[in-house]
Amino acid sequence: MKTILFIIQKEFKQIFRNKGMLPIIFVLPILQLVILSNAATFEIKNIKFSYVDNNKTSFSRALIQKFDASTYFNVLTDFPSTKLATAAMLNGEVDVILEIPENFEQNLVKNQLTDLSLIINAIDGAAAGVENVYINQIIKDFNKNAQANLKQHSVQINKPVYINSIPSFWYNKTLNYKTFMVPGILVLLVTMITLFLSGMNIVREKEIGTLEQINVTPIKKHQFIIGKLFPFWIIGFGLLTIGLIIAKLLFNVPIVGSILLLYLFTSIYLLVILGIGFFISNFTDTQQQAMFISWFFTVIFILMSGLFTPIESMPIWAQYITEFNPIKYFVEVMRMVMLKGSNFTDILPQFTKTLAYAIIMNGLAVWSYKKTN
Amino acid sequence: MSISVNNISKSFKGKTALKNISFEVKKGELFGLIGPDGAGKTTLFRILTTLLIPNHGEATVVDFDIIKDYKSIRNNVGYMPGRFSLYQDLTVKENLEFFATIFGTTIEKNYDLIKDIYVQIEPFKDRRAGKLSGGMKQKLALCCALIHKPKVLFLDEPTTGVDPVSRKEFWEMLKRLQNKGITMLVSTPYMDEAAICDRIALIQDGEMLEIDTPKKIVKHYSKTIYNVKANNMYQLIKSLKSYQHNYSVYPFGEFVHYTDTRTDFSPIDLQHYLTSKNLKNISIEITQATIEDTFMELAK
Repeated sequence: MKTILFIIQKEFKQIFRNKGMLPIIFVLPILQLVILSNAATFEIKNIKFSYVDNNKTSFSRALIQKFDASTYFNVLTDFPSTKLATAAMLNGEVDVILEIPENFEQNLVKNQLTDLSLIINAIDGAAAGVENVYINQIIKDFNKNAQANLKQHSVQINKPVYINSIPSFWYNKTLNYKTFMVPGILVLLVTMITLFLSGMNIVREKEIGTLEQINVTPIKKHQFIIGKLFPFWIIGFGLLTIGLIIAKLLFNVPIVGSILLLYLFTSIYLLVILGIGFFISNFTDTQQQAMFISWFFTVIFILMSGLFTPIESMPIWAQYITEFNPIKYFVEVMRMVMLKGSNFTDILPQFTKTLAYAIIMNGLAVWSYKKTN
Repeated sequence: MSISVNNISKSFKGKTALKNISFEVKKGELFGLIGPDGAGKTTLFRILTTLLIPNHGEATVVDFDIIKDYKSIRNNVGYMPGRFSLYQDLTVKENLEFFATIFGTTIEKNYDLIKDIYVQIEPFKDRRAGKLSGGMKQKLALCCALIHKPKVLFLDEPTTGVDPVSRKEFWEMLKRLQNKGITMLVSTPYMDEAAICDRIALIQDGEMLEIDTPKKIVKHYSKTIYNVKANNMYQLIKSLKSYQHNYSVYPFGEFVHYTDTRTDFSPIDLQHYLTSKNLKNISIEITQATIEDTFMELAK
């Protein structure tokens, strides 16, 4: 026990003396949380909207004004011809071109039916879809008003029936994407820092040759491993705490559930991450190699964690793979506990899977450590 | 016997590093392993310090088997690897404390053993190990290897890359440690250091060439060696190498060590030959064989 404590003490000394690493451990994650949470948004704003008005009547102007009034659109230019408009889209100057046909008003009054041509830049398919929905909403709205106006002139007996649905958004009432993203990004930084640091740490001893020196001492393997990894377990908690404080103070993210439960889950989750880091360090000889492999896995884990893209929309085979992704469970639990206030029984499936993962990963790591050293 | 090695072989992916090595080191002996880079010295050290498992053969250190009782060996030996491998970001004192603690002892308990060496680095005890000079690093590494009072000390090229004064000091320290009853196995590529050892083993390409005391080992050299000197060293070596009766020609400081194939060799013949090659100030004298000569001869 005394030996373990001494190794831990030595480890902390080394971490805090490493002037290059210290800011990476504590400053960068905070920057990451602040910047990413503000920048990584799914809301589509500032759509570069342009139009070609071939009609030039009060009706067409009213429609365009509708777009102008919306906060989602920046009404850019009025192009004299479709040709010029498409050229502008090719240059990336506009995202959406709305073309109003020549007989827009006349058709609407006479036949109560008219067409609008809409061109959307769909390189980013998801964004294009969202833009289409926004535009349709505005046109629908315009349509409703226009019909009401027209009806005053003509005598209409049949009144159309409207069905209105009123959604209410649970767990994130204002549909604030930050509420959704902050817990996820918190997961990301806790994972990245602990994985990289633990992976590089043991390799470093290999690199500078101290591992060999340690191996000829009567120090026991478990003492060494626990002594090496424990500091990063603590650092992981430190990062979580800092992150939660920022989430609460800066982003005002609601923390509905029990913080204690969050910490309990994190304690198990960190074991998984440390196990992976340790496993990687057994198969690498330099810090560069360790860093590269850790980076590779982190990218895959993060992109398949449901942090940025919903797992439900992945292909079935990919969904099976995500079952082996520890980050997925942590993201889920984080969001469930923070936003929904889930209790222990709710997160039990994630908890048991993570626990199993921790046992398997650390078992593998210890086994491979014996084998390679 | 402090160390007993019996027919040890080790190969890495088909490349042989050690071939049937056998030797014994007596208690309290200062035993030198002399050989060029890549001879297999470090591999042998790694096997004896239980870091590597040999393919064949057995060995004991302090009467413990290197495979069965590896844990007991680790409690009883000190190992100083060739490369400085202490924590560069910990101070001198912290490094020493760390190694003392993991061996379950304290600096105070074994202070008398390291005192001589530690007093030399004590003024820098709060300096980070990485900021020490080469000689200081070696002294610290030696202290760390000694802190648990080992019975056997393994030193792998302890003086490589250390200045001549520090080298001399270092060997004096080893001699003093020997007086305290510690058995030592030292490897070095320097032949002059070999003369300080009680016994030496010449090793090359994973094979033991010769094991004996430094004094006796030079007696294995049967030929008469001549120190040859002239005004132009390069021309001299070239001429000697093209001389039809030459047996060996090695540059040795300001001289060239020359041996002849004939038994009735007379230096005058050689003198004439060298004069004919336009060399001046020629001197040819008989000299004593050194360990280096012996090694060169055996390795031929």
